[in-house]
Amino acid sequence: MTTTTTFEEGPAVEPHTFLEPSYLTSENTLSSWLFTRDHKRIALMFFASITVFFFVGGGAATLMRMNLATPHGLLQPSLYNRMFTMHGIIMVWFFLIPSIPTTFGNFFIPMMIGARDLAFPRVNLLSWYVFNLSGFIVLYSLIMGGADTGWTFYTPLSTVYADGYVFAAAMAVFINGFSSIMTALNFVVTIHRLRAPGMTWTRLPLFVWGIYAVSVVMLTATPVLAMDTFLLAVERFIGIGLFDPRHGGDPLLWQHMFWFYSHPAVYIMILPAMGVVSEIIPCYARRPVFGYTGMTIALMAIAILSFFVWAHHMFVAGISVYSGVAFSLLTFFVAVPSAIKVFNWTVSLHKGRISFDAPMLYALGFVLLFTLGGITGLMLATLAIDVDVHGTYFVIAHFHYIMVGATVSAFFGALHYWWPKMTGRLYPEMWARFAAILTYVGFNLTFFPQFVLGYLGMPRRSYTYPPEWQSWNLLSSAGASILAVAYLLPLFYLGWSLFWGRKAGANPWGATGLEWITPSPPTKHNFERTPVVTLGPYSYDPDEDSFITQEGVRHVR
Amino acid sequence: MYHWIPFWPETAAVNAVVVNNLYIAELGLGALIMLTVVLMMLTFCIRYRKSGTASRANLTTDTWRFEILWTVATLAAFLVLFVWGAQIYIWLFKPPPADEEVYVVGKQWMWKVEHAGGQREIDALHVPVNKTIRLVMASEDVIHSFFVPAFRIKHDVVPGTLETVWFKATKTGVFKLECTQYCGLQHATMQGEVDVMTAPDYAHWLVDQGVSASLAGQGGALFRAHGCSGCHGENSTVHAPSLTGLYGTLVHLQDGSVRVADDAYLRDCILNPRSFTVAGYPPIMPDFSGQLSEEDLLKLIAYIKSLGGMQEHAR
Amino acid sequence: MSDSAQLIPEVQYATLEQQGDTAQLGMWVFLVNETIFFGALIFTYFLYRTTYPHEFEVAAKDAVLWCGSVNFALLLTSSLTMVLAVNAAAQDERPRRMIIWLVATAALGCAFLVVKGYEYYLDYQDKVVPVAHYEVKPGEGSAGELFWVFYWVGTGLHAIHLTIGIGLVLYMLLWRIRRGEIGPAYYAPLEVVGIYWSFVDTVWLFLFPSIYLVGRS
Repeated sequence: MTTTTTFEEGPAVEPHTFLEPSYLTSENTLSSWLFTRDHKRIALMFFASITVFFFVGGGAATLMRMNLATPHGLLQPSLYNRMFTMHGIIMVWFFLIPSIPTTFGNFFIPMMIGARDLAFPRVNLLSWYVFNLSGFIVLYSLIMGGADTGWTFYTPLSTVYADGYVFAAAMAVFINGFSSIMTALNFVVTIHRLRAPGMTWTRLPLFVWGIYAVSVVMLTATPVLAMDTFLLAVERFIGIGLFDPRHGGDPLLWQHMFWFYSHPAVYIMILPAMGVVSEIIPCYARRPVFGYTGMTIALMAIAILSFFVWAHHMFVAGISVYSGVAFSLLTFFVAVPSAIKVFNWTVSLHKGRISFDAPMLYALGFVLLFTLGGITGLMLATLAIDVDVHGTYFVIAHFHYIMVGATVSAFFGALHYWWPKMTGRLYPEMWARFAAILTYVGFNLTFFPQFVLGYLGMPRRSYTYPPEWQSWNLLSSAGASILAVAYLLPLFYLGWSLFWGRKAGANPWGATGLEWITPSPPTKHNFERTPVVTLGPYSYDPDEDSFITQEGVRHVR
Repeated sequence: MYHWIPFWPETAAVNAVVVNNLYIAELGLGALIMLTVVLMMLTFCIRYRKSGTASRANLTTDTWRFEILWTVATLAAFLVLFVWGAQIYIWLFKPPPADEEVYVVGKQWMWKVEHAGGQREIDALHVPVNKTIRLVMASEDVIHSFFVPAFRIKHDVVPGTLETVWFKATKTGVFKLECTQYCGLQHATMQGEVDVMTAPDYAHWLVDQGVSASLAGQGGALFRAHGCSGCHGENSTVHAPSLTGLYGTLVHLQDGSVRVADDAYLRDCILNPRSFTVAGYPPIMPDFSGQLSEEDLLKLIAYIKSLGGMQEHAR
Repeated sequence: MSDSAQLIPEVQYATLEQQGDTAQLGMWVFLVNETIFFGALIFTYFLYRTTYPHEFEVAAKDAVLWCGSVNFALLLTSSLTMVLAVNAAAQDERPRRMIIWLVATAALGCAFLVVKGYEYYLDYQDKVVPVAHYEVKPGEGSAGELFWVFYWVGTGLHAIHLTIGIGLVLYMLLWRIRRGEIGPAYYAPLEVVGIYWSFVDTVWLFLFPSIYLVGRS
């Protein structure tokens, strides 16, 4: 770690004067945005799109929680059913899956590996257009009345019995897959081919590893979903019997093919979040991440194992007892690397010099919520317990801990952590900390009661429930309103900071990655000269409170 | 209205006790893991806060020792859970010899129940306490899922096949019966009650229903009405496999495979005979798909079972 | 005509060589993805074929074998001409040979589509269009229709891929080559199209026996 260090005393944040304008101001016409090939601009465009979908999906969730505050509800059953379906579809495919990769991945992968852009900028732009096309179709489906099948589209309900806009929703998911594939392909090729000199695989920041792992999963799983939804749409449209037992089809085949994609999809949602947290924790603990190699192995192990666990969604669906046992065992195996990561993150605080800025609060919240989600995941992997709680609120609570508690926390953590780099402005720290803590409180209030409800036996996707379960449901709805405030707050103070926030230097947090050696916001082609990497990431020294960037420049704070 | 808050579901079957114990054990283990993480995090966060003065010298660099430690530890704990859970799962899904069989048909949005004696009920299931009850379940339309929280048993009911599930209630009383697989508009109301009664009460209840023909008897009528008896009957001259004593035995098929003649097999044979031609017989049976409702199928199966067979030994 | 000295790599690449190399890797990664896409379909097909072996055999007898075989030959030949075109691009300073082979490739692709279209016409006459225009033949039961679902979905998706392939070849001919961007110094775009073309050919290599040769041994 000390071999190539060049010593350079002085403050971490140096006032730079760059003549070149930033990527935001280099061109100002509308077409310079709509036809841009700049990964940073495309990242911002994706950010705008997914933010819209986050709040549309959140709106559906709000209606659901309002309905469930009382046993007999406010909404018509058909409206409630459509709301939870659209909530699932929009949140999974139009927010969670693209969330971190298309925004922070798009923005920072080239910068962190020292490249001037992604390998295929036009494909990247096309991905955004395809994403929005699929988004329009899903919004069309929503506005016309929505699908009423649940986001899982189980056959034959979805193909024969449902009467909502299932075809449009399935086509939206189908087209959305192309966007995922294009983005993932771009990342894989970029990470393979465009790394700066000296940026070996073992020097890649863990965020890059996380995005790499997720891209591999996206590339291999999404085509199966594409074929599924295509067949589903055809079956729905003309009534062939591929998944319909009356025509000789097998309804379980749909479930197998669907979960073959959708279980890896769960990891598509969580792997980038793990990458983000692995960036944030070392930066605010001011020490190297604990077990870098172990972390990369765990990431890739999760990515690979995620393909062999899909049938754990089907333990009570009528698969053979032996395949149930096999898939349970494999599911326990995939939990091992996740557990390693949790311990490694926690121990990464040992002998640190920890400050509790907003990104760190989000990251610590991530670790705790992910741990609880993981523990309940173990319970679900245990066959006998899954038989009991499958299809109940226990499952709902479990996957919201992972997908919302963990992934969305990491998303907000990343947003705050990289905000100065993306916009050139610092966010108001106190407001941000308040929002982070509020998220944590609101989240637990919303979803912890659902574990209890699940074990009590409350089935998911129900618009009504017996009155004795109201106390827990009310608590959950109350928590949801706090959570809503916590998610809306950043919209205001981050928006405020765009105009009135303090100007950020190149490296406001004193971080080591290549993205911090460029000015904030970066210039159009990121780097004036190609950086030469001499060190792995996270060369922080808590003892002397110094750090060495990946270019080998040492700074003392 | 309710001055108490429910924390724990009732435990009213032998199945439930077993699952409950596992659940409690996992809650304990989960709490232990959570506590470890929280305590470590809190300790480090306080001791090594920015303004803290604790020494930061000599960071651990041999991280792999620790990583191997917790890989092995978690893997071992997970394997224990796996074996424990899998054992129960196998026990749950391999029904023991049943004292009584009840037929259940899921339909948007109700549970239709038929007892062996021909008694019928909707969204209710009356069973005797301390008896092993085996449910044979079919769906008329979409996938439903039969769930009794107090018994901790659940199984999807998939159209196009028959599923079985069993339980042995240990307490009398009325328990919730639910559908936990989203099945359309009124999924939320596809609920009923399981009424566990003492044996005498149950016997009274069966009599009170005032039914003339048993399920197998009704199936026998269908057997003749649909012309099955023309080939499979005792005095038939057509070369067709005999159904007497068939249930629960192994059947060798034309394509070389061997199937157990269980409920699902009988159903498949009636609906799709060409794919299940028995070795040594000509494939002449007509296909009955679309002609029989799920309830008629269950009656026919009950009739075929009543012709004897290894019912007692059927798994 | 070809003035490859003028070619400069895009901003994110250091050299043309790196750019071409990356484009190739991109196409290979994309084809992994395509393989899984068709793989999912073929997997489903085999699942049903093992469930309903007799019905599938009976239904498959109605597939028009000569059309499938002629197309098989056409497509294999087109892969050869495609490779010859790439080869010519790599060797010849003048684009003449490359253009001839590319025109041949596109023509063979079009011939495939014409035969396929005629076959679809015959299929329609034969009433094997599921749901829309279908007649259950003796001995195939309801599962026979599933075979035809796979037939239409499989060959339809393949035809779409081939059409895209022809489009790419025409794009090379009418745009990239005309502007002199393809030559021995830099022919990666043509190579990438060639890889794609071979993949489309390979898909047919799997579809052909699955559709036309079932139960004909």
